[in-house]
Amino acid sequence: MHRTTSTLMMTAIITAACLYLPFLAEIVGRRRLLVIIHEWSGILLPAPLLAGIFFRSLRADLTRLNRFGPHDHGWAWRAVRHGTGAAGPAGKFNAGQKLFSAFIAGAVLVMVGTGLIMWFPHLSALTVRTGASFVHDWLALVVGILVIGHIRMALKDPEARYGMRTGRVSRAWAKREHALWTEDRSENSDR
Amino acid sequence: MNKEGRPVGRRVVLGVAALGAAGVAFGARFQNGIDSFLATVDSKDPTGLTGLLPGGGGFQIYNVADSLPHKSDQDYRLTVDGLVDRPATYTLAELKAMPQTTLVKDVQCVTGWRVPSTQFGGVLLSHLLETAGVKPEGKALRFTCFDGVYSESLTLDEARRPDMMVAHQMNNAPVTDAHGGPVRLYAAPMYFYKSAKWLSGITVTDRVMPGYWEHYGYDVEAWVGKSNGRNDAPTSS
Repeated sequence: MHRTTSTLMMTAIITAACLYLPFLAEIVGRRRLLVIIHEWSGILLPAPLLAGIFFRSLRADLTRLNRFGPHDHGWAWRAVRHGTGAAGPAGKFNAGQKLFSAFIAGAVLVMVGTGLIMWFPHLSALTVRTGASFVHDWLALVVGILVIGHIRMALKDPEARYGMRTGRVSRAWAKREHALWTEDRSENSDR
Repeated sequence: MNKEGRPVGRRVVLGVAALGAAGVAFGARFQNGIDSFLATVDSKDPTGLTGLLPGGGGFQIYNVADSLPHKSDQDYRLTVDGLVDRPATYTLAELKAMPQTTLVKDVQCVTGWRVPSTQFGGVLLSHLLETAGVKPEGKALRFTCFDGVYSESLTLDEARRPDMMVAHQMNNAPVTDAHGGPVRLYAAPMYFYKSAKWLSGITVTDRVMPGYWEHYGYDVEAWVGKSNGRNDAPTSS
């Protein structure tokens, strides 16, 4: 699930960069092929999550991501000011991860919507198309920065990456990084 | 599974989606303000980073071939053939020896970006056609490029306008590789995809043969503001 989504996301981001940034566009060329890859990787981005809806463990994770408890209140702000280690206890997902996933989910919806408007330009008026590319361009910049931040956080935490690969983390790590998780460990989640 | 806590995640998703929809609805109005603001910043920005921001001004470089084609000034040749009395092949030096024209006009891309007051210098198509002598059955031009992929077309009447040229100068310097050098087409009154880069051949044909993007739905008659469903201000009257 995460692997498919991240592959699609990186494909969309890399092709976007090669289409948009002049110095990359000069090196890579092949504009038409890039457009096709970008369109399809983009439109398929929500697919892994939609397929995952059929799995109970993923639905449980979605609930965890959606709900903000008292300990999440102000967590992200404290993490920004004092670092994630000093921001207070978190459940399986800390508030930063919850906000990131929700923002990316919303952003993917917007990117797919605006992308479709530009993909089929004959279906909408010029002002709508201009608006769509305006939103698509700026949101792409925001998403790109967030994804870089997301990868940076993962690079700093080898055990979190191990957990993403295997579905297992050590009890000590979970206690340290996600102290409130052990209490609701009613079902083992796997990806 | 506990359902305690507030559904902040859902609110964020819906909020982002709503902001996106609002952006689509009102983005066209914002765009101009942001563009002019970025243009001001860009003129004072020594790093050139603002040029990479959306709407940051300047040219986007589009290339449909596998790599950036290159021909040196010495290797470059322009062939004029087809339905003409005197087919010819010109070197860059020979093109430069012909009567030169300078045009300063806006460049308008069909994807929306516009670069104001860009200078192009070169030989008018009408001069090349006159030199070659178009046969009576000649009705249109087909342009081919040494990237091996791109092509374009103009009708004979369009090509004879005084704002259609074969350009080897851009902003008072030789046209660079990225901008289609050493020689490119410059079709001033039309969307910029008409201005084929890396121009290598002009063939007079008996009918219009649609070019590269026109096979993918772009208009063959690409007047700025009157085609491709757009209403931009004309770049050349």
